[in-house]
Amino acid sequence: MTAIRRFLPSWLSSYAGLYILFLYLPVIFLPIFSINTAATPKFPLSGVTLHWYEDLPKTPALIDATWNSLIVGVSASILSTVLGILAARSITRYRYPGRRTINGLIMAPLVLPEVIVAISMLLVMLQLGLSLSLFTVVLGHVLVCIPYSMTVLTSGFEGFDRSLEEASADLGESAFGTFRRVTLPMVAPAIISSLLVCFTISLDEFIIAFFLTGTEATLPIYIWGQLRFAAKLPGVLALGTLLLFASFVLMTIAEILRRRAARRTQNEGGLYA
Amino acid sequence: MLERVQSERTQSDRTMIDIRDVTRSYGSFKALDNASLAIREGEFFSLLGPSGCGKTTLLRMIAGFDTPTSGSIAVDGQPMDGIPANRRPTNMVFQSYAIFPHLDVEQNVAYGLKRLKLGAGEEKRRVEEALAQVSLTGLGKRRATELSGGQRQRVALARALVMRPKVLLLDEPLSALDKKLREQMQVELRRLQQAVGITFVLVTHDQYEALAMSDRIAVMFGGRIAQVASPKEIYQRPINRQVADFLGGMNFVKAEIVEENGASLVLDTLGFGRVKTDKPKAFVRNGGNATLGIRPERLRVLWDNAAAKFEVAGKVVERHYFGEITHLIVEIPGLEKPLSVTETNDFGADDIPVGTSIRLGYDPEALVAMAD
Repeated sequence: MTAIRRFLPSWLSSYAGLYILFLYLPVIFLPIFSINTAATPKFPLSGVTLHWYEDLPKTPALIDATWNSLIVGVSASILSTVLGILAARSITRYRYPGRRTINGLIMAPLVLPEVIVAISMLLVMLQLGLSLSLFTVVLGHVLVCIPYSMTVLTSGFEGFDRSLEEASADLGESAFGTFRRVTLPMVAPAIISSLLVCFTISLDEFIIAFFLTGTEATLPIYIWGQLRFAAKLPGVLALGTLLLFASFVLMTIAEILRRRAARRTQNEGGLYA
Repeated sequence: MLERVQSERTQSDRTMIDIRDVTRSYGSFKALDNASLAIREGEFFSLLGPSGCGKTTLLRMIAGFDTPTSGSIAVDGQPMDGIPANRRPTNMVFQSYAIFPHLDVEQNVAYGLKRLKLGAGEEKRRVEEALAQVSLTGLGKRRATELSGGQRQRVALARALVMRPKVLLLDEPLSALDKKLREQMQVELRRLQQAVGITFVLVTHDQYEALAMSDRIAVMFGGRIAQVASPKEIYQRPINRQVADFLGGMNFVKAEIVEENGASLVLDTLGFGRVKTDKPKAFVRNGGNATLGIRPERLRVLWDNAAAKFEVAGKVVERHYFGEITHLIVEIPGLEKPLSVTETNDFGADDIPVGTSIRLGYDPEALVAMAD
């Protein structure tokens, strides 16, 4: 018994260490091989270079793909955040039958197999007579982004004390003034956080973009295309490293903002202060 | 005495809030049922009742957050129908205080002034004045999240008072505070009201709070106003058993009406015998019976040979010690329920053994007749 007590803590921490290593080792290889002079990802590194990074802006197809990704990302994040605001506001503020079901249905794309979602969306788009373009990719991305946007926004809106808006009206402020001076400043961090999360997800999303895009490739699709050529691998690794880094930064900012929003809306002045 | 003089200074007979036949229904449920009330200018008025009695609904309708299903509300002679909350001459202190968490104390207090465009100097002066009124001078730059419960309450008060409203509405403002702070704030709120002379309407479920602060109280049950009167009258002359019970302990004794005329009632009771009492203003007899009530503290233990003009005899069956007072439960022959008696402990009521036969004296003035 005592032996187990003594060994368990060290076992647990080595297990946790291994687990983290397993999760992040591949991710660490990405930047390492992206500065390798040789085109093949193999240890030991034959030399260190930023050559692959320098080449990136000189690839027109890559620039196009980046633009496409930005357009899709910005549109999808704005659209899903707007829809998310409406849904999150309704779910956090009102009590009505079917509220939980609706919430569940909105969150469902999170667990649906993405290939299936992508195929069904493709079928629907074609049935509707839409030709595949960046617009159809945006629609697809909105579907997968909304659950994330909802999660961020509900946590920001939850606990928003309705009497704050009433207090503003009571002090003479109009409905629009109340929105501008109270509601917006309180939920702004959550909204920005939602925009960032959705943008990041859209930027990295592959399967839906793969099915729904026409001739215009987004970044992940461009990367997929490049993988056929062994010589292009370091460039892909460099690009991947940049994407990884951007995602990490965006998600961190988003999480900081989300927490700030959640803290703000919890009006500790309430009953239990 | 001092109280009276002050009250006369700030109060007038002018009606500030005129509530006429106001009903608020939610489907078939009536949150407020045909309530009429005239609240006077400069008055500290309390709406007292258990939760769900309609007091908050009424307050929110005065503020403009809710609309009467029928009936009308006028403030200072102006009908409030269709006037939204932001254009009413009322301000509210919310139960949760609703302090804007993204603003500091000064910005919170100045929130409503911003729209008035007073100019920076005048605005600052009024904010300072309001903060001084609630003893928060020097805390202007604190963030809302750095304040204690009592301080938040003061910010909420200052934020409303700075608007110089005709009516200040307070929705259970002290319920979130601990007992000691609550009692301190009761005194302060009363003092503040006397100083500013604004009509205060307080919603509370705490009878002591209402009794301690108000000029007049409306006691409400189930969407109806049961009685409107001064604290003393409400406590001493409750209109029915429900009001009597809500305001504190009361012994109820079955009585038979022997005689009824304009000003008085003669009642026959077991235990208290034949009693002549003042007839309550709104007394409407319901058959031949009525209820006689006496508050536990109006019964006093008669020691040894002490005599009283009016007394009942019985036996102590329970004794409960409460520090400064003792509750005795005394069985009286003929009464179906024993009487409860509150006695201060300075004469040794806490030492009376259970089982002792005692006599209780009372003043017939303390007996109150209530319709059944």
